[in-house]
Amino acid sequence: MVETSRHDILIVGSGIAGLRAAIEAARISNGKLDIAVITKVQAMRAHSVSAEGGTAAVLYPELGDSLESHMFDTVKGSDYLADQDAVERFVKEMPGEIYQLEHWGLPWSRREDGRIAQRNFGGYTYPRATYAEDKVGFFEMQTLYDTATKYGNISFYQEWFVTSILADGGEFKGVTAIERKSGNFSQILAKAGIIATGGSGRLYSFATYAYSSTPDGMAAAYRAGIPLKDMEFIQFHPSGLIPSGILITEAVRGEGGVLVNKDGERFMKKYAPNKLDLASRDVVSRAMMTEIEEGRGMKDDASGLDYLNLDLSPIGGQKIKERLSQIREIAIKFRGIDPVEAPLPVRPVCHYVMGGIDTDIDGATKLKGLWAAGEAACVSINGANRLGANSTAECLVWGKITGGEAAKYAAARPQASVPGELSALEEKRIFDGIFHGKGGTNPYEVRDALQKEMAKDAFVFRTGDGLSQALRTIRELKQKDFLHCEDKSRVYNTNLSDVLEVEGMLAVAEVVVAGALARTESRGAHFRRDYPGRDDKNWLKHTLAYAGPDGPRLDYSTVAITKYQPAERHY
Amino acid sequence: MSEFKLAVQRFDPLTDAKPRLAEYTVPMREGMTVLDALLYARDYLDHSIALRFSCRQASCGSCGMKINGRPRLACYTQVEELGGEKVVAQPLDNFAIVKDLVTDLESFFTKHKQLMPYVLRSDAQELDHPTAEYLMKPEELKKVLQFTYCIKCGLCTSACPTVAMDVKFPGPQAMAQAYRYLMDERDEGGEKRLEALDTAHGVWRCHFAGSCSFVCPKGVDPALGIQLLRRHVLSGKAPRKQGEGAKVWSAPAGSTK
Ligand SMILES: Cc1cc2nc3c(=O)[nH]c(=O)nc-3n(C[C@H](O)[C@H](O)[C@H](O)COP(=O)(O)OP(=O)(O)OC[C@H]3O[C@@H](n4cnc5c(N)ncnc54)[C@H](O)[C@@H]3O)c2cc1C
Ligand code: SF4
Repeated sequence: MVETSRHDILIVGSGIAGLRAAIEAARISNGKLDIAVITKVQAMRAHSVSAEGGTAAVLYPELGDSLESHMFDTVKGSDYLADQDAVERFVKEMPGEIYQLEHWGLPWSRREDGRIAQRNFGGYTYPRATYAEDKVGFFEMQTLYDTATKYGNISFYQEWFVTSILADGGEFKGVTAIERKSGNFSQILAKAGIIATGGSGRLYSFATYAYSSTPDGMAAAYRAGIPLKDMEFIQFHPSGLIPSGILITEAVRGEGGVLVNKDGERFMKKYAPNKLDLASRDVVSRAMMTEIEEGRGMKDDASGLDYLNLDLSPIGGQKIKERLSQIREIAIKFRGIDPVEAPLPVRPVCHYVMGGIDTDIDGATKLKGLWAAGEAACVSINGANRLGANSTAECLVWGKITGGEAAKYAAARPQASVPGELSALEEKRIFDGIFHGKGGTNPYEVRDALQKEMAKDAFVFRTGDGLSQALRTIRELKQKDFLHCEDKSRVYNTNLSDVLEVEGMLAVAEVVVAGALARTESRGAHFRRDYPGRDDKNWLKHTLAYAGPDGPRLDYSTVAITKYQPAERHY
Repeated sequence: MSEFKLAVQRFDPLTDAKPRLAEYTVPMREGMTVLDALLYARDYLDHSIALRFSCRQASCGSCGMKINGRPRLACYTQVEELGGEKVVAQPLDNFAIVKDLVTDLESFFTKHKQLMPYVLRSDAQELDHPTAEYLMKPEELKKVLQFTYCIKCGLCTSACPTVAMDVKFPGPQAMAQAYRYLMDERDEGGEKRLEALDTAHGVWRCHFAGSCSFVCPKGVDPALGIQLLRRHVLSGKAPRKQGEGAKVWSAPAGSTK
């Protein structure tokens, strides 16, 4: 018999979305519901700590900002693929969330009069990015984690790796998981569940994401029969630092830093004569890849990565030290370069995934009793391209909404039970199939090969031929004998969970590529060289991918358009 | 391409009587961090090496370990800066070893929680249903800011001689955070906090070795926090009483928000 524990609500993921959901459920249930948060890393280590720049909300209508403007900017940024009813709800909820975090102790940066400060961010008409120095996500995580410790009815499963979602009779029942410390396999049952496992950025090795950002939760939902939505839309930020992919923020270009190619030419003059280096992210990333493809990039021998230079000298040493101290420290600590003295090697980098587990406006998935929130979910407010500062915001809003919905649902439900064979099968898959499995292929090399293929054919520029090749490669990799584990110890066996991660990455990568191959248009972050224009007649719709025996089966759903008819995007 | 030796302390409680050092040869590359080197060894030389890591940019606090004898974050340490022929990675002191470089931080998190790391207020309705922000001047914020940078990595606690002697001592991390919430203009729980701290195992145990502040990768200076905290415990005076915390902003008369 598989070991079993029970809760009222089980939240998978302790990022901004998961923690916000836990607190909401805890407080509206007045201590009555038993809420558990399960996370594969220690709770406060979730990827969310990396967010730097800001969280968007309309706080100062008296200065001219408005909910309509936030809504319009978001819809326009999404290249009209966002669901406008969801965006409207989002912008209305956000101001309250900023104040809520403030009340719970978040050190938001302040104006001289003591009110919360805001700043400019790409794609917004008003300066509505709320910030706390350049550590927004870190402080949001700290505030939510610390506040969660106040509630006696929130408990944590720290360093437990979820392997599958248990569903029976069309209803959510719980999850299966491995406790890292002991290596024990358990089923954790609950009346209601929320998947908040974050984005899938590690499908690319060159990513601004934490190493833990693998699509485990998305893959588990997909295997449980829940569709993934709009997975082909992936945002590439122009400046990831070679070789780690650590983000070099746009502020560097905002302060006067310029991109140059190997001839020292300021190439953005050719691609965006007006906005230059400050054109929108997709425009700059495409320009950079064109320069590299046409032979005007440089190569980092150690990592094999092509790059361009981000020259900070126009800013001046003094100003770099004063205003960009964090970036200078990053460059010195992670690359050994002082940007006061030499340019930084950068290239476009995987930064955000717009797609995720398909949900309705309340964050509910198609599986009864299961919700999804944060980057793992696709509501969708981001459509084909998210605006910076909207994703931490989305985590807060749908963390709150799903926490509340799950609490209401769980309060009226009997304790969950589930046929024993479901978990037994999963245990067999993992322990007989992988822990005791045999094979000659190094799973880390399968991961490397997948990441290499994604970077080659599912990157900034895509073509039908390239994507077909990517699909073939992924299917070949799935056939390799990598399902085995060299680490024979049960204790803290990351080798085993790494293999499970790679398996999930292959499944989700296949969805990304299949969706991109089918979508014969260019919209937002998805750019097809063979179909360079947006095609509203045929493609103003969401992609839904269902797991099938031979890979994903694609379906489509309509986009909610309420206030703003699709128009061409100009910045 | 040049190479270097990476020694990793290995220990599996199920099979090993005591820890041993295993040596790996790692190809050097420009900008390589100790975390990069460990992941190279884990991915291509020995899949069974256990370590924690996540953000690789010194924000998540996962990869604290002893590197060449000193507590550091592996992601925040360049191989080159260590200068020598060899890199030696060992688990943090003052914590039980789970396996290899992974230590048990459960008690560390519990101590943080025991000192109430959250805002305590008397206006319960406003606290959970905010109408606007609590006002706070930039200079008021500045008083606590440095202490808010803590990433809960545990380096300070692993370096603390008092923690080594007394398992009940809350340790520099928890106490620096106690100071941070005590001094936050929004907090009204000062009296309760000081009471919790004024115990035999509280502030009085620290004898200012200062090693916590020396190893902190985030410039928190927990020793300073403890020192300042002591003054409040000594005087018994909370900075604020119930109802004296920062006020909620309200629109000036005659305006609409
Ligand atoms: C460098 C960088 C800067 C950014 N800056 C900004 C910004 O300024 N503003 C903004 O709005 N957004 C920003 N973003 C985006 C934003 O940080 C993310 O979208 C957001 O933090 C995602 O949070 P989340 O709660 O959805 O999930 P995450 O924080 O990714 O958390 C995922 C959780 O799921 C858990 N988990 C995953 N798999 C499993 C499993 N198998 N078993 C158990 N647990 C599991 C993890 O342990 C973790 O707790 C930035 C992103 C990056 C990379
Ligand atoms: S005070 Fe510094 S060393 Fe101690 S846990 Fe916090 S960040 Fe780490």
